[in-house]
Amino acid sequence: MAAKLPPPRLLPSGDSAVTVEFRRTIDDAANERVLALDKALAASPIAGISETIPTYRSLLVHYDPGKIGFEALGEKILAIACRPLPPASKTRRWRIPVAYGGEHGIDLEDVAKALNTTPDDIVARHVGGDYRVAMIGFTPGWSYLSGLDKSLHMSRRQSPRLLTPAGTISIGGIQAGIQCLAAPSGWHLLGRTPVRTYQLHRNPTFLTEPGDRVTFFAIDHKTFEEQDRAAEAGEIIAERVDP
Amino acid sequence: MSRLVVASIGPASSVQDGGRHGAQRYGLTVSGAMDQLALAAANTLVGNEPFAAAVEIGPFGATFAARDGAVRVAISGAPRPADIAGRPVAMDSSVTLKDGETLTLGFARGGAFTYLAIEGAIKGEPVFGSLAVNARAGLGSPYPRPLQAGDEFSVDAASATPELRIELPKPVSGPIRVVLGPQDDEFDDANKALFLDSEWKVSATSDRMGYRLEGPAIKHLHGHNIVSDGTVNGSIQVPGNGAPIVLMMDRGTSGGYPKIATVITADVGRLAQTSAGTAFRFRAVTIAEAQDEARKFQQLIRSLPDRLRSSDTVELNIEALSDANVAGYAVSAMDAGTWQVAAEP
Repeated sequence: MAAKLPPPRLLPSGDSAVTVEFRRTIDDAANERVLALDKALAASPIAGISETIPTYRSLLVHYDPGKIGFEALGEKILAIACRPLPPASKTRRWRIPVAYGGEHGIDLEDVAKALNTTPDDIVARHVGGDYRVAMIGFTPGWSYLSGLDKSLHMSRRQSPRLLTPAGTISIGGIQAGIQCLAAPSGWHLLGRTPVRTYQLHRNPTFLTEPGDRVTFFAIDHKTFEEQDRAAEAGEIIAERVDP
Repeated sequence: MSRLVVASIGPASSVQDGGRHGAQRYGLTVSGAMDQLALAAANTLVGNEPFAAAVEIGPFGATFAARDGAVRVAISGAPRPADIAGRPVAMDSSVTLKDGETLTLGFARGGAFTYLAIEGAIKGEPVFGSLAVNARAGLGSPYPRPLQAGDEFSVDAASATPELRIELPKPVSGPIRVVLGPQDDEFDDANKALFLDSEWKVSATSDRMGYRLEGPAIKHLHGHNIVSDGTVNGSIQVPGNGAPIVLMMDRGTSGGYPKIATVITADVGRLAQTSAGTAFRFRAVTIAEAQDEARKFQQLIRSLPDRLRSSDTVELNIEALSDANVAGYAVSAMDAGTWQVAAEP
């Protein structure tokens, strides 16, 4: 029999949800266990669970206390979570075009200055990264990526901006992100992608899934304008690489 | 088809329903009515499903006019004066607007949100099963934004159903109940006690996304940054300045501040109806007690059709209210505590 994994913590989030926490920090191994549990619960549903939300280090499980109580649900979740589970999926990869700097990445020069290097070097380090969608949250399609080059780790802005553009590609702390809708943000804005990770009435509505791999490549601003129009019309633009 | 025209309406008013569930994993905000019981009561009065789409009316007044036929509606939630051409309309009751008539709703007297349900429900194109407005994401139907004067709804012609009122359980006041966690271990005992023992006020800067609380500053044990994780309606997060924010229906699906406690399902609507400046307290309950209350709340929603009464008996009800006042119960529309509804004892 395979060795049991250390159990996650079950933290009540009120009477109708439980946070299944594997780690308190960002950790790819913990994120893989989150996604594996998420997949296992989707494959053999526990009656009463209505929705699951994977995040970096925990799985939030919404349930109906009219159908199952906290204790009974917790036992069932632990039984599954402590078994070694198959990895969540064969990992697909998205190649995402980015127009760096200028009006599309207003913080690129400041980031370069803060790190004593050139904007081109920052772009090279950002493009050189092999990222993974750790979670999607905050606003529709906002994909939080792990895998940011350590030399690009820097604290967030002192004062968040009240509005940053749709498609913003940014870094904050040890994370990188793909932002879909215009939203407030305290992250450093490096560029913009024409890719919509969320677009209503497109199939698929949501492009990225937790666990997906992501790499970026640079495009010029003219290409951005062309691809942005195509994306608005419903094209996916991002290149999908299947394993 | 008749039309119901929004002749005038204040801010913070929009079409809401039971919410947009199932895509929080993609960052899709749930939205939905701030007071789900009041939404369900208004819908039940006009024969709709409890969580059908209705108009959520913010603290300010609103007027609605029937055109091209009669329209049957019902109101429930934050009490406010209401009339049709000078004829008073009672809260928690249905009423039919004849073609050309206007329903006038005044400012909320205590509480914040009143629900206007329309017989046959509001029609639109659901996204992820919901018509609820989420202005930030441009979602909602028939208008993906707060309502404004001139908006209108196509509605079924009014049925000949006799008008009804609904008997909701005796309102309860008292502390807003919470279950501690999921990150209460980010706070020491003194700060948890400070949270539970202090008097709080809802800040005027609150909105459908979150209720900011005014009171003592709550200090964290290890700073205010945690790795972002999932949120629920009623999550109480404590940002760097120590002023708690209760996340409400338009919350982001994840957040990076420690969450000291979570408002129980049965009390989220009661908190939503706590108007800015009103003092209240929290009380911690066990998860078993919270789930008991959640099941009673579900039972209360299911029982709403059995609570319908003929409007003819409304005068008896007014007598009962007046008796209660004589007997010393403070049944005053000005006192938020006396109309707030919760699960039955």
